[in-house]
Amino acid sequence: MTPAKTTAPGAAAPRQPQAPLLDVSGLKVDFISRAGRTQAVRDLSFTLEAGEVLCILGESGSGKSVTLRALMRLLPEGRSEIAGRVDFLGENVLTLPRRALNDLRGAGISMIFQEPMTALDPVYTIGDQIAETVMRHTGASREAAMARALELIELVRIPSPERRLRAYPHELSGGLRQRAMIAVALSCYPKLLLADEPTTALDATVQVQVLILLRQLQQDLGMGTIFVTHDLGVAAQIADKIAVMYAGRIVEYGSAEEVLLAPAHPYTRGMLASTVSGQPRDRDLEAIPGSPPDLRALPRGCAFAPRCPRATDLCQREEPGLTPSGAFGHLLCHHAQPSPRNPAPADRAPGELVAGQ
Amino acid sequence: MWVYAAKRVLYAIPIAIGVSVICFSLVYLAPGDPIQSLIPPDATAEDIETIRRLYGFDKPLVLQYLDWLARALTGDLGISLQSNRPVIDEVTRALGNTLAIAIAAILAAFVLATILGTLAAFNLGRPIDKIATSISTIGVSVPNYWMGIVLVILFAVQWRLLPATGMGGEGSEHFSWLQWDQARYAILPMVTMAMIPLGVVTRSTRSAVADTLSQDYVQLLRAKGLGEMQVVCHALRNALPQMLAVMGLQLGYLIGGSILIETVFNWPGTGLVMSRAILTRDIPLLQGTILVLALSFVAINLIVDLLQTVIDPRIKRA
Repeated sequence: MTPAKTTAPGAAAPRQPQAPLLDVSGLKVDFISRAGRTQAVRDLSFTLEAGEVLCILGESGSGKSVTLRALMRLLPEGRSEIAGRVDFLGENVLTLPRRALNDLRGAGISMIFQEPMTALDPVYTIGDQIAETVMRHTGASREAAMARALELIELVRIPSPERRLRAYPHELSGGLRQRAMIAVALSCYPKLLLADEPTTALDATVQVQVLILLRQLQQDLGMGTIFVTHDLGVAAQIADKIAVMYAGRIVEYGSAEEVLLAPAHPYTRGMLASTVSGQPRDRDLEAIPGSPPDLRALPRGCAFAPRCPRATDLCQREEPGLTPSGAFGHLLCHHAQPSPRNPAPADRAPGELVAGQ
Repeated sequence: MWVYAAKRVLYAIPIAIGVSVICFSLVYLAPGDPIQSLIPPDATAEDIETIRRLYGFDKPLVLQYLDWLARALTGDLGISLQSNRPVIDEVTRALGNTLAIAIAAILAAFVLATILGTLAAFNLGRPIDKIATSISTIGVSVPNYWMGIVLVILFAVQWRLLPATGMGGEGSEHFSWLQWDQARYAILPMVTMAMIPLGVVTRSTRSAVADTLSQDYVQLLRAKGLGEMQVVCHALRNALPQMLAVMGLQLGYLIGGSILIETVFNWPGTGLVMSRAILTRDIPLLQGTILVLALSFVAINLIVDLLQTVIDPRIKRA
């Protein structure tokens, strides 16, 4: 058991009779190269129930995509080290033998990648790429798998599905390719869908369409979903829970409402303040000064301290520990200001009262 | 697909015509008079003029070319000055002999190179990659006539396992890999020939597969739960057009440029015919051989181009 596990969700959430869909605790990812060790993800913990949507928010290099890949062990072996626990339906993915891991990938857990232009194999038809997954996990015949592929192409609402089944990726537009990738991901009804900025590479209008489609499919199929994005608007639309990442750690974790309406971490506040919507026209946008730290040489104290308006000597000296907050979440800050909606009403669990002090 | 194939074949025609012009004129760019080797030292000027007219050397070059082309199109490449036999017969028999070892060599090299290159690409920087890279470097850099001599010394002289040179009595007329008493003559030249393509194709396979493996879609393949063998299949199919292009060029070189190997092994193929034609100034034989070889080169590249479009649908747009 890691310290994160004992302090974070334990006190607040009532004990579930069943294991949650996904229980990540103390996740740590290091990249190893000749130049040294890069701590891409440090001490990450969160849980996800079936049908829930967790958004991981953060800027480039904060470790959100790495986290997602670590959950499926898709990082290059030999050049990365993953530690901690990733329990999917009670089983630790990180210790699964190779075969069992391959059985899980694409069936229990699926992934949608950011770049629809490059994530599909250019020399195989869309139908083949979907059918391949179906055949791999269900042992279906090629004909049956192709029939299933057609159903899936209809499910993700690609127009003229029969024709598109035989099309190659370069013959489709970006939006249609992303739909095709969603079809690949959904081919075996996964219980957990991992989406790595699935709308970032698309045109604005197409983004909305794909987002609506994903949201609907997620609800129809009851999939637990982790959605990595740097777009607060996207998070606001689809998230049940939000985890904000900075320099490889979750700095604020809680329900979407708590995090977006009553952000307690200075980084979350800064991020929300720098959005375009709801700002007066004639004023400059607020931006967080400075840039994210070099993960190979992290400062001794809080990684955000150099950019933080509230930083004190303590922040420079000592890295903050996890403080429980909200209904189940946690914060990573010496000076977290409980927002007006948060402070301890009578029905709060004792764990959060500590956070408010 | 068929439209593209037809277009591609049409494009090959001007190339073939260009090739024929170059073949024809190359011989005249070389110093010396082709007649010199035919005439006895004591021939009179009149005799020389007669011979010149007999072979058509007195006409303007353009006419000579058109005559030659018209006859070439009907399969008549003239008569060899030395052997007095039709050039077409000499060339086709030599080409058959060369193709027998060249195709075997390229296939062996391709299979081995695919395995080595793929293993290397999947294990970049590990010992297996270093071994494959060393093999490919050796294959490319060791002179093949030297390699041939070493093989002869080892297998024919020291161990007496295989014959040193020639095709055996029967082989020179109807060579067949299926008969051991003929095939054994072809093994050493074939192995020697395979060395350079092995090196070149291994290297290009390694880089093409490694390039494929760094693409995003390989992550998607792994995320779909596919095993390593299926990932290898995807990677190879993506790398194949590039590998085929290199292989086609190499086969072209083997068919045309094997003078040294065929000389070492005394293998009566195109290389040997060509060197004989050069040394004896047998112009019709030289022209005919070069033309047939150049056209084979064009044909091989045409086949490779068509295969590439079958494998990679994106090429069709070009």
